[in-house]
Amino acid sequence: MTALMYLMPAALFLGLLGVAAFYWSLRSGQFDDLDGAAHRILFDDEDEDEKKDRPPEE
Amino acid sequence: MSVSLECCPPVELAADAERFEHEGLLASAWSHARSLGAERYELSLGVSNLHCPSCIDQIERSLSGLEGVEQARVNLSTRRLFVRWRQDVSDLDGIIAKVTALGYRLAPLDSDSRTKAGNREERELLRAVALAGFAAANVMLLSVSVWSGLVSDMGPATRALMHWVSALIALPTIVIAGRPFFRSAVAALGGGRMNMDVPISLAVTLAAGMSLSETMRGGEHVYFDAAVTLLFFLLIGRYLDLRIRGKARSAAENLMAMRAASATVIDPDGSQRRLAAAQVEPGMLVAIAPGERIPVDGRVEQGRSDIDTALVTGETLPRTVEEGGEVFAGTVNLNAAIRVRVTSTEDSTLLAEIVHLMEAAEQGRARYQRLADRVARAYAPVVHILAAVTFLGWLWAGSLDWQLALLTAVAVLIITCPCALGLAVPAVQVAAVDRLLRQGILVKSADGLERLAQADVVVFDKTGTLTQGRPELINATNLTAEDLRLAAGLAAASKHPLARAVCRTAEARGIITVPADAVGETPGMGLSAAVNGRELRLGNRRWCGIADQAETTAAGADTGSGLDMELWLAEADRAPVRFRFHDALRPDARQCVVQLRKRGLEVELLSGDRPGPVRQVAESLGIETWHAECRPDAKIARLKTLAARGKRVLMVGDGLNDAPALSEAFVSISPADASEISQTAADLIFQGDSLDALIEAQVVAGAARRLVLQNFSLTFLYNAIAVPFAMAGMVTPLVAAVAMSVSSIVVTLNSLRLYAIQRRPKDRPPPQPQPSRPDLSLLELNRGGRAQS
Repeated sequence: MTALMYLMPAALFLGLLGVAAFYWSLRSGQFDDLDGAAHRILFDDEDEDEKKDRPPEE
Repeated sequence: MSVSLECCPPVELAADAERFEHEGLLASAWSHARSLGAERYELSLGVSNLHCPSCIDQIERSLSGLEGVEQARVNLSTRRLFVRWRQDVSDLDGIIAKVTALGYRLAPLDSDSRTKAGNREERELLRAVALAGFAAANVMLLSVSVWSGLVSDMGPATRALMHWVSALIALPTIVIAGRPFFRSAVAALGGGRMNMDVPISLAVTLAAGMSLSETMRGGEHVYFDAAVTLLFFLLIGRYLDLRIRGKARSAAENLMAMRAASATVIDPDGSQRRLAAAQVEPGMLVAIAPGERIPVDGRVEQGRSDIDTALVTGETLPRTVEEGGEVFAGTVNLNAAIRVRVTSTEDSTLLAEIVHLMEAAEQGRARYQRLADRVARAYAPVVHILAAVTFLGWLWAGSLDWQLALLTAVAVLIITCPCALGLAVPAVQVAAVDRLLRQGILVKSADGLERLAQADVVVFDKTGTLTQGRPELINATNLTAEDLRLAAGLAAASKHPLARAVCRTAEARGIITVPADAVGETPGMGLSAAVNGRELRLGNRRWCGIADQAETTAAGADTGSGLDMELWLAEADRAPVRFRFHDALRPDARQCVVQLRKRGLEVELLSGDRPGPVRQVAESLGIETWHAECRPDAKIARLKTLAARGKRVLMVGDGLNDAPALSEAFVSISPADASEISQTAADLIFQGDSLDALIEAQVVAGAARRLVLQNFSLTFLYNAIAVPFAMAGMVTPLVAAVAMSVSSIVVTLNSLRLYAIQRRPKDRPPPQPQPSRPDLSLLELNRGGRAQS
């Protein structure tokens, strides 16, 4: 049972990492336009440096 | 493109309208733009015709190519464009021109507090979902270990550790992620009401509290997993509900913003400037060009013109206004420039009356209690009494110590816990609203569908609702091509609805018209021009010099009612030719009425128009109950009469004069081109020309209600089986977890059936052979109506 002593914290830590990643993606607006995001992957990339890399904070 | 599709648009008028539109758009864009300091601004705009993904690319690419545009981002979900730019480098004018040149229509939107609040709520819920999901997964992992430990060799110390870790995860989660439920429950109880969140909050809190005390005592059974999983499921339901309603709401906002107007204000020094309509104040003088939609309410100070008031009074024929006459926002100035002194709402008789009636209607509207809340009101006491009985029963009769007795009572609360009940309504609601949204039907009010399903009488407005709100030529077959060509040549110069109808018919018949030169237009009378050296006139009887006596009898004999709209074409040396018009029905109006009847609804017609045309429409559609010349208060009185007879009225209307009735009715629907006030008042909005949307909404609402009731039955059935076991103390946390998940999944799957529900073939409209043959429309329907009735 000693394995629990490090397995449980490890599991919780990984879970919390997932939650934190989700919070970050939510805050940076990645969930604002799910319909659009599905299609954006198909667009050609901009050659020049990106003008629209950060989505609006609405 | 924004060029109208009507035939023969007079060139200078079209250009004017376009320039006006652009300037107006610019003015209202500036009033919505937010300054970020240092010449930097940002703005959100609604974009119409935004359908395909490549639209995003096209708009973003063209804008980010502009110097000075820092950011341009299109949101496909909300159909909005967000731009941030530097005004000193790139002008807003250019930005807007660039997008409109691509063929999209723009409407500036408030980045207002309401949208933001909605957004924040959505994000808060999503965060809560994530947290609850994390907690549910991990607590369940620990619980499964404990459960398998109970039947094998897990020692009490390990079990206690597992319980403590579960508590450590579950308790903060419940405090944070449970807030939406706690808030709503407290609010409901504070207001002396009962809703589904009360039993939910109580179950979660009690389960967590009891489990904590069991953990401290080193007991075998804790319910942390049940409490957290419950929150997780319910939060998902709530989030989806909020999201789909937010989507419908933002679509409605876009629609209304598209219609927001701007005005040309004349300052005291004589200079003109363009202002957004919302910025115009009473007392200002506004110039209104021919063909422009009047943006304000006011009194005519100078000029004389015909005003198309279909959207306000429901009359198809324009009204002539002179100095001192009242004009209303939303009407269209047809033929001459006028100047209008803006009045406030209180000064205007019609508008003040409408506003007053709407306020009264909204106050008087019985507070509708949603189905879920009614169920909760009956259900919560039963559950709580059962739990109390269990507790007391075990305490006295079963002689358990109070902690074990309370634990059993908590098990009852959890097993009956309205997880499935809490999902029963939102799951169906999400599916229904989503299905309707895809077909251009926006459900604005949260309980709109529920009320729609219960409606048993449909009351239609006539102009613009059952009819297209524009006249069509009906005797084209009796006219020679030459007459039509001459008339269309004159009519090309006018925005008058009858003139436009002549043009449309000429085009439909493939007649090539040459717009006449130097056409003079006299408001309220008609048009004149010199063609081939002779004077040609197109207008009313007086304009064409026809003796009153003669044509009254002629008209009476011809139509039986004498209430047709008509134009005469007069030339010097021959008898005048008569053009007759009707406000054509929407192509599927008859279908719609027939199907509503089939579905067991009564149909009525209430119109502000004169009795003649109203009767004609009613007869051709086979509507027996109709009332004409109804002022807004008369419409309300009729709705009250129906309500007093126990009827639930679905009101369908578009005009400003329908707005009070739309708020008074049990449930209401407006077309997307309705007046702004009507759209605000209506519960649902449908886009497109087809009244079939009404049937679709009615079918979906009915199906949604059936599914909700099924869901409730399923959960009651499940409770009836599970509660006796729970009261007997036979429900362990494992059994509770399985039972809860199964019931939630069953309810959700049942709700998804809404997408699969097909309309029976007879409910579908047959394919329209030729949707727009103007010269046939009403005559055909008339004949058909008589034959079948």
